[in-house]
Amino acid sequence: MTTERDEAFGFDEERPLALSDLADLSGLSEAEVLELVDYGALSPADATAGQCVFTVRAVTIARTARRLREEFELEPHGVALLLSCLDRIRDLEEQLRALQVRLPR
Amino acid sequence: MKFKDYYAILGVERGATEAEIKKAYRRLAHKYHPDVSKEKDAEARFKEVAEAYATLKDAEKRAAYDQLGPHRPGEEIRPPPGWGTQFGEAGSVFEDVDLADLFAGLAGHRGRGRPRGASGGVRGEDYEARVAITVEEAFHGTEVSLDLATTEFDEHGVPRRVPRHVKARIPKGVADGQVLRLPGQGGKGAHGGRDGDVYLAVALRPHRLYRVSDHDLFLDLPVTPWEAALGATVKIPTLAGSVNLKVPAGTRAGHHLRLAGRGLPTPRGGAGDLYAIVQIAMPAELSARERSLVEELAAASTFNPRRHLE
Repeated sequence: MTTERDEAFGFDEERPLALSDLADLSGLSEAEVLELVDYGALSPADATAGQCVFTVRAVTIARTARRLREEFELEPHGVALLLSCLDRIRDLEEQLRALQVRLPR
Repeated sequence: MKFKDYYAILGVERGATEAEIKKAYRRLAHKYHPDVSKEKDAEARFKEVAEAYATLKDAEKRAAYDQLGPHRPGEEIRPPPGWGTQFGEAGSVFEDVDLADLFAGLAGHRGRGRPRGASGGVRGEDYEARVAITVEEAFHGTEVSLDLATTEFDEHGVPRRVPRHVKARIPKGVADGQVLRLPGQGGKGAHGGRDGDVYLAVALRPHRLYRVSDHDLFLDLPVTPWEAALGATVKIPTLAGSVNLKVPAGTRAGHHLRLAGRGLPTPRGGAGDLYAIVQIAMPAELSARERSLVEELAAASTFNPRRHLE
């Protein structure tokens, strides 16, 4: 058994991610990332001619997309649809929680 | 190596068709997949189901699994001599390996992992772990210990389970639900590929006093009716020690009194706020003197809080 000590860190939210970075971190191919962009599941922060740049939020979405694709055996369109439903649920849960913490016990 | 009954895990007969196995897997994945399920122990159940399906959906792996024969779940087993070579794996050693690694190893000769990078190497596997920390630990930063079991493969594709103890520093200002990354702490890369990462999902444990929303904290603050009416300075606990808070005269129940910058730190050096939610607390019993004063107030006051209901 080895013991290693390392710094856990959040992603630098200011740092833009290139298409290749996002593919590398998520386990999706660049083509799959672009397909999710086409379906609206991933939004590039800056899509100039020939260059797609993402924010770090895309890493979580893309990693979830890879899990859903592999573990539910879904086509990219099904993945995009499920991601949008999960995103809505997460937003609603966050709103509910934000309201709950403001209520006295 | 302990036996797992993959057929029982998926709830199918040993002679189930490929279609029946797929259907059973999909039904269980809908129920237990951690991205869509709220079931208790969903993650552990899904892992078991996914492991069973990964073996039974592949004809070659299923044939190898079937050769192990039926056993009781948890029973210690050793594959028969020559078992590995029959399925393309040479010189298998079955120490420190569990059944999932063994069948992952059968895929070794077909190439495993995901090819990445310009070097053409195979990138190490990423791992995901969850850790629950206290609000105080999120405020100060903390260190957590993770026990991971990474699977490594030798040059013949024979798997080996490698336990690893990783200590990770959690920086202050982490938010509930935030995912942190430990670069290079996942599975070992092969053929020049880089090592995988560990993704650490951080959850905040419920706190006795504070409720957390993003980096803001919410605290119930009971005050007496006369403190609310007359105003008062009260001592309240913050994560950095007690502070005095001025309750303005005429404060109503439910008012949010804000202490700017007394919440959890944010990654960019700022901090969330602490909100004290005012509750008007009544004594369980009034002394004779208190009752007399309240009766005097009731007789003297013309205040009607229910005028809008009339």
